[in-house]
Formats: sequence, structure tokens, C-alpha cells
Amino acid sequence: MKARVTVTLKNGVLDPQGKAIEGALKSFGLEGIDSVRQGKVFDIEIATQDRSRAEALLKQACEKLLANMVVENYTVEVLG
Amino acid sequence: MRAAVITFPGTNRDGDIARALRMAGAEVIHSWHADHDLPAGTDLVVLPGGFAYGDYMRTGAIAARANIMDAVRAHAARGGYALGVCNGFQIACEAGLLPGVLMRNAGLKFVCRMQHLKVGRVDTAFTRHYTAGQVIKVCIAHGEGNYVCDDETVMRLESENRIAFRYCDASGDITRANPNGSRHAIAGIYSENLRVLGMMPHPENLVEALVGGTDGQGLFAGLAAAG
Repeated sequence: MKARVTVTLKNGVLDPQGKAIEGALKSFGLEGIDSVRQGKVFDIEIATQDRSRAEALLKQACEKLLANMVVENYTVEVLG
Repeated sequence: MRAAVITFPGTNRDGDIARALRMAGAEVIHSWHADHDLPAGTDLVVLPGGFAYGDYMRTGAIAARANIMDAVRAHAARGGYALGVCNGFQIACEAGLLPGVLMRNAGLKFVCRMQHLKVGRVDTAFTRHYTAGQVIKVCIAHGEGNYVCDDETVMRLESENRIAFRYCDASGDITRANPNGSRHAIAGIYSENLRVLGMMPHPENLVEALVGGTDGQGLFAGLAAAG
């Protein structure tokens, strides 16, 4: 099975990289961009075909390593 | 004092910190990240600076899950001393030895220069050779030294007097010399039992008059006499 884990900064955590990207986009004259926050995407292949087991496994992976729960949130998406 | 200096793939300050400890009179044993045990009789664990595991994903994140870190956590839980400098501070936070996290510098630039620090309490093994409020000059070299934690944690660090060092200018003013955006100008913090210290600046660089100063010596002298 394939899955995608997305890790994003929690609201209120300063994101200087996102701010720099936001500034660059605005400097191109692109109208309508309000703000940018940078995050990470992990594409993961999983041996099991059991969706709920896959979700549990990915949750463990996030809490053990992929996300730092002090400043980050994560979402898990099993793509099948 | 027997110190175990841990080397991860990408650590590059292990030699310098080992030398600073030996100069102060400590016995130093080098340990490898893949080991499961610390050397017998370890009093102090040192997590040196560098770029462990290339700093991939988040600084210190992968190193914090290396084999040796279970032994380091057990050592700290027993009340053993631990010192994390720069990347070692980042690893200590990721490993749960200290609260909070070190994020990208607010100015986005890697900052490498001399920096004044204001010493906090001086009743710990790390700072007993300094005086309270003393301004020392050491150096910093980091891209991710911006100390972040929630409001409750920062208030706890303040009320429990666990902020070991703050960035300041030559006169000791902490409001005008924050190099990376750290909350409350935090450059280093203690664990609850004051036995674990994490700090971004490099005291091990300042132990020799020939190479810029000796303001870092006090920290190693204090540690060498502990345990």
C-alpha cells in the first residue's frame, strides 16, 4: 500500500522559511497570496494490505520520528 | 570524573570537547552512536556539536533515536550528568532530555561569530566557576539555534531558574543581542534536576588564550571536579 504523511508546523510557531518563500512569491507580483507555511511530505510504501493496521503503523512512525509534537502536526493518508 | 563523548555520523566537535575536558582534568572515553551501552562508570555524557546524520529531516531528530540514546536517557534518569553543545543541544531536545526544540534561526542565516552570554545560576556543576550574572565571551556557529517552546514551558524554565545562559551584549544587556530569535534570549537550559545542560554556544572553543580566550574553561573545570 502507498501512503502519504504530511507534517506541518503548528499555528503560532514562527516559520522563517515560509516567510521567505511568501516574500519571494509576493515579489514576483503574484496577486492574492496571503501567507505561506512550509511543511514536509513523506511518501511511504507499506507491506500490509490492512488499512487500519497501516494507519496505526504510520501514526507510530509520526510520533516516534517524522513529527516533533512540540511544534508540528501530522496527517496520515493511506492511498491504497 | 569520567566523561563519555559520543560520536554520531556527522559529529565534528567531539575532538575539541574531549580535549577541553582532558585539559580540565577529566578522563575521557569516546563512545559510538551504535553502541548499546555507555562505558562502565560514566559520570558525564557529552553530546558534541556537528551535523549528526546530516541533520536530515530535523536537526538532531535521527541521532536522538540512535542505539546509544536509550543508555543516555537511562543515565540521565539515574541523575547522571549530561552536556549537549550545539547539535548536542538539538539532539538532547529531540531525545526528550530537555524541553522545547531548536528551530531555524529567525534571520535564516547560519550565524558564526563571537557572542557574549550572561550566566544564570552558579550553584550547578556546570557554572560553579562563574559568578552570577557574569558576562562571558564564547562563540556560536549554528543555523538552527532558535529556541522554541510553549508559553507554559518557558514560564516554568524561568520560575524554576533553569535558564543557564542567555545571549547578551558586552554590557550584559539581553534585549539587544539575540542572534537567532530564541525565546527569552535562551542560549542554554537545564533539566529539572540541574544535571543535564543543553546550550547552543561552544565553550570548548574558548579554553586556550592562544585561540581567542578562555571563558569556556570554567564550565569544564566545574564538571571535571564533579561526580
